[in-house]
Amino acid sequence: MAPHISGETIRRWIPLLVLLGLVLFFTTLNPHFLSVRNFARIAISATPALMVAVGVTFVILMGSIDLSMEGTIAVAAVVFALILNRLGGSVMGMGCLAIPGALAAGAALGAINGLIHVKLKIPSFMASLSLGFVGVGLALLITGGDRILIADPVFRSLLTVRLGGFPLMTYVALFCLVVAWFIQANTTTGRNFYAIGGGEELARGSGLNVGRLRIIAFVIAGIFYALGAILAVARLGIAETETGRNFMFISITSVVVGGTALAGGSGGVWNTLIGVLIVNVIGNGMVVIGLPDYFQDGMLGLLVISAVYLSMDRRAFSFVK
Amino acid sequence: MFELKNVEKRYPGVHVLKGVDFHINDGEIVGLVGENGAGKSTLMKIIYGAVQPDAGSVLIDGKPLYFRTPRDAMRAGIGMVYQEQSLIPNLTVMENIFLGFEAPFVRMGAINWRKMAQAAQHQLNKVKLDIDPAIITSRLTFAQRQLVELAKVLALEERVEGRLVILLDEPTSVLSRKEIELLFDVVRELRRRASFIFVSHRLDEILALSDRVYVLKDGAIVDVVNSRQAQAESIQKKMVGRDINEQYYREDRQLAYRDDKILLELDRVVCKGRPHEISFKLHAGEVLALVGVEGAGREKILRSIFGMTRPEKGSIRVDGETMRAFSVSNSVAHGVGYIPRERKVEGIAGGMNVYENMTLSQLKGYSTGGVLKLGAEHELAREWIRKLSIKVPSENADCGNLSGGNQQKVVLAKWRSSGSRIIMLDHPTRGLDIGAKEDVYDMVREMSEKGVGVILIADTLEEAIGLSHTIAVVKDGEIKQWFNCQPGSKPSPFDLIRHMV
Repeated sequence: MAPHISGETIRRWIPLLVLLGLVLFFTTLNPHFLSVRNFARIAISATPALMVAVGVTFVILMGSIDLSMEGTIAVAAVVFALILNRLGGSVMGMGCLAIPGALAAGAALGAINGLIHVKLKIPSFMASLSLGFVGVGLALLITGGDRILIADPVFRSLLTVRLGGFPLMTYVALFCLVVAWFIQANTTTGRNFYAIGGGEELARGSGLNVGRLRIIAFVIAGIFYALGAILAVARLGIAETETGRNFMFISITSVVVGGTALAGGSGGVWNTLIGVLIVNVIGNGMVVIGLPDYFQDGMLGLLVISAVYLSMDRRAFSFVK
Repeated sequence: MFELKNVEKRYPGVHVLKGVDFHINDGEIVGLVGENGAGKSTLMKIIYGAVQPDAGSVLIDGKPLYFRTPRDAMRAGIGMVYQEQSLIPNLTVMENIFLGFEAPFVRMGAINWRKMAQAAQHQLNKVKLDIDPAIITSRLTFAQRQLVELAKVLALEERVEGRLVILLDEPTSVLSRKEIELLFDVVRELRRRASFIFVSHRLDEILALSDRVYVLKDGAIVDVVNSRQAQAESIQKKMVGRDINEQYYREDRQLAYRDDKILLELDRVVCKGRPHEISFKLHAGEVLALVGVEGAGREKILRSIFGMTRPEKGSIRVDGETMRAFSVSNSVAHGVGYIPRERKVEGIAGGMNVYENMTLSQLKGYSTGGVLKLGAEHELAREWIRKLSIKVPSENADCGNLSGGNQQKVVLAKWRSSGSRIIMLDHPTRGLDIGAKEDVYDMVREMSEKGVGVILIADTLEEAIGLSHTIAVVKDGEIKQWFNCQPGSKPSPFDLIRHMV
């Protein structure tokens, strides 16, 4: 019993150790890596991804998968920019309605995704992948392919105003992370996600409405994608179809590298924070030590494979499909 | 000749096989009988190589062998005809017969289908099955598939030297009378090619087909009888006969139930796929045992009560209220709790800790507006850990690492603490050691004292008799016989088994 538990404990802390190891590694190669300026840079690139990854964490905890984030982000970003510019162009006035508008768009797409998955009994992998394409197409339809510029200085202060060296958007993201943690640890919904991931039959046998919970998870995920979209727009000042680009790979990678099991039932949003940081530290560190960026993708690929290898208890599987 | 000598097997906490000696001569048909949990399936798994014995030896013609996998056993001429059919439904019959042994038909990487069809036809002729070997397996009837499975095992004949030993695990359980006769004729005919080990709950069939019968009880062979002289009754007695200790089942704590308070009533309920109506009443403080052989339809009754399947006809009343919706959440809300047989699959969420498992079915009571009251949850868990003396380091321990007995207690605490007044126990002591079993018996008595109604599917007949107030013998989905089981007037296992088989 004893070695089993200690092995489990080590496994739990591996992601954090990897993160610290990476920081140490890049610092020895280039001392400039370890500076507030550089960390702020990492934080800026990490915050939108953090929101998206936190969103998909809930879905993965249930043992499902959501690949619709790129489409959802594109739609939410475009909806946000359109409402903002239509209603005065500033979040200080009526334009602030753009925020709930974008979140509602994210929630609606999440709900559609969940309903398709649950009611039509289509695997979440396929349902969400298809809906992601629909989202990208929808965003293109709305914008006609144009970029929408956001000039509102108040909104852009998320990036431009710094507190203790870090831009405001970092703090917004951390606040949302705490909210996500609260959902995970302190609400019946969060607890039930773990139950579904740990054993769907058991969850059903305990009287849980599994179908409804699945839809709720996709809605929560959609809302977090929209938050990610708003932060991504704040970072660039532009909303367009391309806003969602690359988030699928980055977010899923982050969740897995952070130690949340793809089979569901274990892990959580703190793991995802570590995972997002690992992915972004690698990206940033490669640049800092002067390696070409195509190395990054290779590194990340290897990292995902080792993370899945470490996080799965393969004794439980006779064969992996 | 195939032999097992002094075979031992232990699983954590259970001594499954205690020095079993077994032999079968060439061309012989040997029956193997025993109660559920006597160790039959473990013994079979050792014979066909799926499980390795801790001690003892497997010999063929006096030569010791060691099987690491079923494939090793197949190479030695031992084949298994599975109860749960092992044919792959979307492949053709011939592909199934030669699955994993296609090599003789392959030339330059391509399969010669004509050659394989001919070879398959040859195997099918052995079992007198007249079908096209290229037919898709899922289109066959159940009985035909059984014969294909037998043909698949017989294909070993051409591959191995020496005689075959073929295990038949409950081959007749889903066959009609006529199909059984057909199967038996085939088996008798095949005696010159192979010897057979025949496992069944139906003693009359065992006696009709086999030459000798091994009686297994509590992991030991208690008798080997010659079928010609044997009588079903004496074998039945040996299967169940053991010292029954009143203290063991806490019979001194058995109180009369309250017959004025009906918790649950089934009124002419017809379960899906069964033609018979089932009616019974469960009273406060009553333990009602459903007794029958595996597959007699006991689980279906429990699943209907728990809302997992909708009965085709009839009504189920809980506390006098007729159930309209059939869903698990509805049953749980009406105070029905179900402790299934497969704890690992349906009872305990591994990866969740003790308090999370306990409150899973009652989170509404431990939250306001969807926000959990973690303090109250911890308190509840600590209280029940103390009440049921669950051996855990703390309420934060992962349930997946607990022993079977302690997992059972956590599941029970889950239902009891949520106020369930009707508890259904499906094999609650399966796989537990003696001490843990006695804990479960104590819990059953304690529930009765509190006025909880219990429906029990027991692991053994003695357990059902010892624990229950009332026994219903279920056979083929029908309640055949009722027994009053109050202390002092308990029936004997033999009384029950007459109605079961």
